[in-house]
Amino acid sequence: MAEVHDRPPEQFTLKLRRYDPESGGAPYWDEHTIELEPHRSVLEAILQARDRFDGSIGIRCSCRQAICGSCGIRVNGEPALACHTHLDAAKLSAENGVIEIEPMGNMPVIKDLIVDMDAVHWKKIQRVTPWLLAKQPVPEREYLVSKEAMVDVTQTMACIQCGACVSDCLAMEVDPGFIGPAALAKAYRFVGDPRDDEQFERLNDLAQDPQGIFDCTHCFKCVQACPKDVNPMGQIMRLRRIAIGDHHIVDQNNGERHEAAVTGLIRNYGLLHEAEMIPRSYGGNSWFAKFTPAAGKELLSSLPVIIKGVLRGKMNPKIAIFGHKIPSADLKAVQAIYDKIESRPERYELNLYIAGEDEETAPVAAAVAAGTSADGGETPDAGETPNAPTSPEGSANQ
Amino acid sequence: MPAHDVLIIGAGLAGQRAALAAAEKGASVAIMSKVHPVRSHSVAAAGGINAAISVDDDWHSHAYDTVKGSDFLGDQDAIEVMCSEAPAEVMDLEHMGVTFHRNDKGEMDLRAFGGASMKRTAYVADITGQALLHVLYEQLLKHHETVARYEEWFTTSLLRDDAGNCCGAIARDVRSGQMEAFTAKNVILACGGAGQAYKPTTNGLIVTGDGIAMAYRAGAPLMDMEMVQYHPTCLVETGILITEGARGEGAHLLNANGERFMEKSAPNKMELASRDVVSRAEQIEINEGRGVGPNGAGIYLDITVVPRKRTLEALREIVNLGKDFAGVDITREPITIRPGQHYIMGGVKTDVDGRTPIDGLYAAGEVACVSVHGGNRLGANSLLDTLIFGRRSGEHAAARAASMGMPSVDANAQLLEDAARIDSIIARPREGRRVSEIKNELGETMNRSAAVFRDEAGLQAALETIARLREEADNAWIDDRGTVFNQDVLGAIELGYMVDCAETTVVAALERKESRGAQFRTDFPERNDGEWLKHIDITLGGDGAAGGPQVSYSPVTITQWEPEERKY
Repeated sequence: MAEVHDRPPEQFTLKLRRYDPESGGAPYWDEHTIELEPHRSVLEAILQARDRFDGSIGIRCSCRQAICGSCGIRVNGEPALACHTHLDAAKLSAENGVIEIEPMGNMPVIKDLIVDMDAVHWKKIQRVTPWLLAKQPVPEREYLVSKEAMVDVTQTMACIQCGACVSDCLAMEVDPGFIGPAALAKAYRFVGDPRDDEQFERLNDLAQDPQGIFDCTHCFKCVQACPKDVNPMGQIMRLRRIAIGDHHIVDQNNGERHEAAVTGLIRNYGLLHEAEMIPRSYGGNSWFAKFTPAAGKELLSSLPVIIKGVLRGKMNPKIAIFGHKIPSADLKAVQAIYDKIESRPERYELNLYIAGEDEETAPVAAAVAAGTSADGGETPDAGETPNAPTSPEGSANQ
Repeated sequence: MPAHDVLIIGAGLAGQRAALAAAEKGASVAIMSKVHPVRSHSVAAAGGINAAISVDDDWHSHAYDTVKGSDFLGDQDAIEVMCSEAPAEVMDLEHMGVTFHRNDKGEMDLRAFGGASMKRTAYVADITGQALLHVLYEQLLKHHETVARYEEWFTTSLLRDDAGNCCGAIARDVRSGQMEAFTAKNVILACGGAGQAYKPTTNGLIVTGDGIAMAYRAGAPLMDMEMVQYHPTCLVETGILITEGARGEGAHLLNANGERFMEKSAPNKMELASRDVVSRAEQIEINEGRGVGPNGAGIYLDITVVPRKRTLEALREIVNLGKDFAGVDITREPITIRPGQHYIMGGVKTDVDGRTPIDGLYAAGEVACVSVHGGNRLGANSLLDTLIFGRRSGEHAAARAASMGMPSVDANAQLLEDAARIDSIIARPREGRRVSEIKNELGETMNRSAAVFRDEAGLQAALETIARLREEADNAWIDDRGTVFNQDVLGAIELGYMVDCAETTVVAALERKESRGAQFRTDFPERNDGEWLKHIDITLGGDGAAGGPQVSYSPVTITQWEPEERKY
């Protein structure tokens, strides 16, 4: 059967980072030029180089359709699945048009593009008790649970364990012990599953762990890296919200207090009040927090950073100490947003995975949009337009 | 030397299910796979799993649909076992944590699938295989104390004792290159099909017929090898699969004239006739010049008739596949597809407990042929097959293990032999052809001659080509001289496995001089129950590869359903 091509083949040059653990030598770059249609994948290009020029190029791969999760690599410095990256796009983002291919980061390299996922990724997965602790008694037939809850956890179920998010997690780079985006997304898969019996225990564990849910720095790298829209950072934020909002877990990492400090200060001042933030994060959400020993200690240890910030002009001492002033109408508008959101009977979650709402017939999306724009405020960021926020998530947490 | 009651080779759904079942029965279990378990190709199964769990359904109806789908070549005793045990199995999986899609009442939702007389396919969006595989792996992690995992270990041969019983395997740690002999009271093969013997195929690059070839070389008979399923909806260029769930949700197939041509061959079931019927109908449209796309080599799959919201929610994976691998928004325009190699109904012959005729050797899943699929497998019956017979194999092997001592076998000679074979491949001079060239030619040959339509001349030519490729494969050279992750040398061994699978497929296809299920012989276009209502078994001749494939027959078990004309 003849192959069908939309566009004629073109030449692409790949620059592969090779490493042979048996040679005793350092990693090196290896260039191959292959010929393929521009919409074919980087994986197909690597396989062509392997089949035609050098069979010793090491890469894990199997399905070629972004479901087995084997071929996580870095393309031009960014984590990706090789099979899920088009050659034309890769060439566009490449320097000098040469597509640079490296193994993933944050994990030791075994050979060429093959990294040791057991040493990092799978170890972290095991950290989160990655199996259902089923509610008893087990029913004779299926557990009766809401459709929304199952669709909701399917977003994290869709994780293919490729490691792309682990590869470029900035928090993990600084703290290799951080449980990390993939494992915490896996944790949400159980926390969000109404059949699981230990939601509180799981959340308390992950909140109290200094390398748990409050170790994430919101850098969005994992969201960008994920080829399956699992949105690991979003799942971490949901774990926090359920831990704090539903279970009122106060953690030893000051995560809960810090969140309360930030949201409380913004409600009161309209903008962050820098001088108050540290004391309240460590000493509790009140003006008197600064006199608690925990806050004092943290303030003292932060002094060098504060001084440096002031010297470099990143902070105005007056504003930092006395706080920002914004026009009272603006402050009222900010506080109206708080009132609106906090008065909702259920928490809305932005589950971009199931973009299951048609523009024309989107009852939930429409309700969310109408609810927020009634005050003249903006509709919450719904990502690309066809993706609308859906799935009121309360049912997942019952 | 590691020793276990049950050694499972392959860690897809069948293997993992077998491991859990054997461990639950108290056996010491090892599960070994050449890839990490969640990379196994079960992960790609999209659409769902069949079980008569609806209160309006009856497993007999599921069984009859399966028998009819098999074109009456399936063994009805085995089909009864599979279909009657399906509801409890699916419930067990739900209890383990599979996030099955729910209906408004909170019960498992069911979708329509090809060849089924009612909605009976449970699903997790269109990542059902992935959800099942990952949840089983969660269970393996939970049971880490009773199930030893050998991840990224490549099996090179099966061990047999003097009495001929299977008692372990030789394997190579892919990461270190270290060779090891594993003793076991029982070995369960669960390492999938042989799709990579075809090009293109929907199957992953790891699906290279390892288990089928190893069992065949150890003397086990293969059955129904001629029955190769072409899935009706694969992307034209890459062979990537578009789930049958699309048609289950209501999508249409259209030819160049915009006609729903399935009216001609399946006026009742239309697009949801069984896969062999739909693939043939498509191929006829293409062959007769009513195809679409470049060279008229495709057919339109029109998913735009499905409500967009439903598509985005229940067929999300293929929305992305369409976008990423064909540049098509399937919610807005039709996508061009064609039939592509997808599944082999045949495999290592087993009974309903997964036992092969070799004591101590079991097989389950696509590697095996029970036979529940006969001439054609129904969509969403493969996941079921892996789980039911994986579990039954694991249970039976554990029970057998409880009644016997650990075999004492001196595996050293075979270990050295396998190690020497690998060294000799690495040392081959760069003469002749590369592994990749031979593999390509093998795949193209099979896709040309042992595909939807077959005839004597094409099959004979294929057989001659395969004989030449076998010789070339025996001398094929590789680049990688290392031991750590030498995927190159493993590729050379896999090529040998694929050649065995291809050869037995073509021999069986030549033998069956009729058209039944997936086997359509243009020179014998009718089904002939008088002569061919029987299985073709292929055994390796006494002289090993030189003896070649030997053909024999075994009867089809009929319990309730006499063969009748098959209409959809």
